[in-house]
Amino acid sequence: MSAISVQNLTFAYEKQIVLEKISLQVKEKDFLAIIGPNGGGKSTLLKLILGINKIQKGTIKIFEQEPSKKLSLIGYVPQNTNINIDFPIRVIDVVLMGHVPIVNLPKKSFFKKALRWRDEGETACAMGALGQVGMEEYAYKKIGSLSGGQRQRVMIARALCAHPKILLLDEPTASIDVDGQKQIYDLLKVLNKSITIVVVTHDISVVLEYASKVAHINKKLTFHDVSYQANFQKSNGHFCEVEMMQMLGAQKGCSC
Amino acid sequence: MLEALGYQFIQNAIIAGVLVSFASGIIGSLIVVNRMVFLAGGIAHTSYGGIGLAIYFGLPLFFGASLFACAAALLMAFVTINQRDKIDLFIGLIWAVGMAVGILLVDLTPGYNVDLMSYLFGSILAVSRDDIRYISLLLGLIVVIVFLFYKELLAVSYDSEYASLRGVNVRFFYTLILVLSALTIVVAIKVVGLILVIALLTIPIYIAEKLSSSLAWMMFLSGIISTLFTLVGLTLSYLYDLTSGATIIMVSALGLTSFLVYDKLKGRQRF
Ligand SMILES: Nc1ncnc2c1ncn2[C@@H]1O[C@H](COP(=O)(O)OP(=O)(O)OP(=O)(O)O)[C@@H](O)[C@H]1O
Ligand SMILES: [Mg+2]
Repeated sequence: MSAISVQNLTFAYEKQIVLEKISLQVKEKDFLAIIGPNGGGKSTLLKLILGINKIQKGTIKIFEQEPSKKLSLIGYVPQNTNINIDFPIRVIDVVLMGHVPIVNLPKKSFFKKALRWRDEGETACAMGALGQVGMEEYAYKKIGSLSGGQRQRVMIARALCAHPKILLLDEPTASIDVDGQKQIYDLLKVLNKSITIVVVTHDISVVLEYASKVAHINKKLTFHDVSYQANFQKSNGHFCEVEMMQMLGAQKGCSC
Repeated sequence: MLEALGYQFIQNAIIAGVLVSFASGIIGSLIVVNRMVFLAGGIAHTSYGGIGLAIYFGLPLFFGASLFACAAALLMAFVTINQRDKIDLFIGLIWAVGMAVGILLVDLTPGYNVDLMSYLFGSILAVSRDDIRYISLLLGLIVVIVFLFYKELLAVSYDSEYASLRGVNVRFFYTLILVLSALTIVVAIKVVGLILVIALLTIPIYIAEKLSSSLAWMMFLSGIISTLFTLVGLTLSYLYDLTSGATIIMVSALGLTSFLVYDKLKGRQRF
């Protein structure tokens, strides 16, 4: 079964077409890396999948159903994690927002939850998620007092908190240090044993080391299975994106 | 000084001051964290149209003003949700039109010469028992709603995009916040006046925001700080025979200045 299935998707902001005839199948337990230039439409695609942007042309299905019905199965890490920095809120409370909300609960437990405000099970789970991204000691700090990279880790924890079946991450490690990046991608790799992962990134070493599929988006889509990744010379470490794209471009005619 | 407490109208003023402080502390916190201060200003001014309407048709002022303010809130909710880019123009428009309608309707009412000053600066010394009953009811409603839907309100205020992904009805809660703001603003205008409402919705809340590490604390602390300013202002206005609204504003402004200086010098305490 496809975790995400995008068919013939075309999207425009006002009149500027940003995505054109995108078709994409993400299978369960895929690890898809989305690459492409700034303004290529990567974030827009994720927001379409999440229903934040409304679909204009084409279809998107999550586990063969309308995305709005399956939202509780998706975890999301937005690209911009610097919203509302002055907001009086502690890290743990941000992470707790990842939980599926009380509106979906049966009436009885709705009142129980509403009146108790906080559930110990949820808190423990949120602490666990913070632990996974190495942030539990900051749980009771104000979100505005963290650094940009630390905030990004918190947003990842928030996404993990929902126990998603699909995790969409939009440049999740853009401002995270080298050790932290490795730590987070190793975590994603472990999670990938049971869930589907889609990550937007500019870091080609991620594509090489972790991804099983790669999609290059620049208004249009070029899609690749990276099981041939052995072809790349891993020993060189970092690739630059241009090189990678050239390689992808050169292989356009391949059968994948 | 103490013998003043024996007067019914002073008692009423104090009770109303405390109730309005807490209502505006809770709702003001929501307004500030949602960046709706400009919207709240629009609602406050538009409500004058409702006062004109009530005077023209001989309805209770509270009723007319609340009606107009709620209508303005619903309109604003509708426009902000659907047409974010034109929101400034729109608020400016209904802000001005609301006031103009009010003034024209008052002009057209034969023999009525409304005191615009009491709309601007309120009439805290003329608060009746009925007013107090209505304010208590409203405060009770606000507390219950915030208590039951705290998580949703927090989620919508902090990150509305993510809240909608988690199934929270963002439009509903956004509209709810605006309608509650409208009701609170009308009550507060009656008691402390339009100018002080804007001050009450910003000064104590700014201080509380800096001192709090949760929205709930911010709401509570804002209430305490406004109460403090209001009571000190009232006392001074009684002792030196000054206009109460203006005195409360000056006390708040002084409070804010001292806080900023203290904050610079000392580093902050957090709750
Ligand atoms: N809210 C918006 N309103 C209008 N245009 C937008 C909006 N968001 C994005 N765009 C435009 O759509 C195009 C694609 O933007 P998008 O954010 O999807 O790019 P991206 O691939 O995520 O880029 P980056 O690598 O910089 O994150 C850009 O040209 C951008 O200007
Ligand atoms: Mg982007």
